[in-house]
Amino acid sequence: METEGKKRVWEEYQKEIADDHYFYVRSCIRQTFFPGSETTFLKILQNDLKKDVFEDARHTTCTGIGYHTDIVPLETTMTVIARHFALMTEAGYVNIIPSCVTSFGLYTEVLDTWRHFPEIEAKIREYLWKATKREFKVPENLVHTSDIIYKFRNRIKDLSKVSLINKKTGLPLNVVEHIGCHYSKMFPQSGVGGAEFPAVLTGMIEAWGGTVIDYPERRHCCGFGFRQYLVKANRGYSVSNSKKKFESMQPYQPDFMVANCPGCSMFLDRWQYTIAEMEGITYDSNGTGIPVLTYEEMAGLVMGYSPWDIGLQMHQVSVEPLLDKLGIEYKKEDKYLGSNGQNIGEPQKPMFLIV
Amino acid sequence: MGKLYDRLNQDIRFIEGLNGCLNCGVCTAICPAAEFYHYDPRVICATVQSKDEKMIEALIRSETIWYCGECMSCKTRCPRNNTPGFVIMALRKLSQELGYFTDSEKGRQQFAIKRAIGGNILRTGYCVNPDIVSPQMHPEQGPVWDWISMNTPEIMKKMGSNYKQAGVGGMRAIAPEVLEELDRIFEVTGCYTLFDTIEKHSKHKANELGIEISDEGIGNEYFMTVYTENNGSHNG
Repeated sequence: METEGKKRVWEEYQKEIADDHYFYVRSCIRQTFFPGSETTFLKILQNDLKKDVFEDARHTTCTGIGYHTDIVPLETTMTVIARHFALMTEAGYVNIIPSCVTSFGLYTEVLDTWRHFPEIEAKIREYLWKATKREFKVPENLVHTSDIIYKFRNRIKDLSKVSLINKKTGLPLNVVEHIGCHYSKMFPQSGVGGAEFPAVLTGMIEAWGGTVIDYPERRHCCGFGFRQYLVKANRGYSVSNSKKKFESMQPYQPDFMVANCPGCSMFLDRWQYTIAEMEGITYDSNGTGIPVLTYEEMAGLVMGYSPWDIGLQMHQVSVEPLLDKLGIEYKKEDKYLGSNGQNIGEPQKPMFLIV
Repeated sequence: MGKLYDRLNQDIRFIEGLNGCLNCGVCTAICPAAEFYHYDPRVICATVQSKDEKMIEALIRSETIWYCGECMSCKTRCPRNNTPGFVIMALRKLSQELGYFTDSEKGRQQFAIKRAIGGNILRTGYCVNPDIVSPQMHPEQGPVWDWISMNTPEIMKKMGSNYKQAGVGGMRAIAPEVLEELDRIFEVTGCYTLFDTIEKHSKHKANELGIEISDEGIGNEYFMTVYTENNGSHNG
């Protein structure tokens, strides 16, 4: 892929990412579907990179899914986010790092709105004081957690045990990267590389030895669409958009996909199962589907973490074909064991998708 | 009630989202909803820009405004820096405030979203948590999710979460005093007013249609109707 020209053009989209001392805000979707990813992120940051990451048990949802399904007013969402700023301020931090891309987009929208309309910020300060008696300073540095991994990608490479290279052929793995829409489509200057050529995942993949696939529908939405997935009657929208992406990437024979958005990672995984069961189709040559990783899982594998400790058993599309290519040793029989190695049963096998 | 256009113009998202549309249609070209539904963000912008009250009223009573997925892909590509997705958010808010949302099948779904997501936020402090992703309502989640649902505490423990416990960590229990703060924020900022409006108009519609509706929760016929009903006229 020709990247030199793009790097030059998009230099203006290289944003400042704080070096240390982060106030961490979790994601509802990530905690629900791939909780090992947040645990892995914290282990890498705190244990491997020796960074200071603080979490306050009193933080909540940002209400983002309620806001983007239009049942929560903007003023409410802004005030809930302002409360998170207050918790950050009370803890003595100035750098805030949301785990969720929807949250990150909203935090960015809130700060942008306040910059253009200071009277709205003043109103939200009044609401927050009235409701909670809290006050806040706006963050000095707001970045998504994937930006943090991007920033330390070369340090992670130095500590790595695994490269994104096919052990048998010695060739770089072909990787599809998917950026959550709200990472930079609304505010391109808020994302590393902007909206058209975001570098946040590309930077990680290339630093760790992989090759990025540039395919026609690379920037297309995964299809979450908020109300379009949450309401059962609308889910055709959601699966159709993922299907469009799968069909577009299929000719490039990806070894795996990686996403920086909690929702996207889940949908790109689950919709492959759904399409396989509905239509008897997979988008790989073996009938197992294309493995989907979160960027925290990808970093965890590169760091040599156990696949079952970071939560890869919670994916519907099996990751074993990818682990085999990476040359990572694992015990298949350990995959579904409980925390003390006890038997807690196994998932049933799908009708069509091979697991 | 002021003019519809004037009310839209009080919404900051409308002000920020529509700087003057030149009707080039780039938003429609990039829009995932336009590809799937009978939906055209270019026409939405043209309609509200016309300031024609009858057309705007028809729009906020229609299915059309509920087709957008709020991915905001339109924002990136618009040469005038418009955000049709923000315009949609302002239209949806107005449609709900006026009770027009119950005129459309897709609009009526707001009741299910309010009960499921709105209720969950206030009950747990999360928009989404494992308890509300039931395998029965989400067959697309597959057998791995069935297994996770049957073993949630154990799997969460293995993943390093602090499932439903006090203190920091993934899927921790949000303390009652924190939920009280959320409750007060929802009160002060008008979220409960919007919730009450959605409830009032939904109950009126349910009664009009002769469908059973309860005062709370999702175990009622109206919830399941709006959650699952699809008359097949939205695309194709």
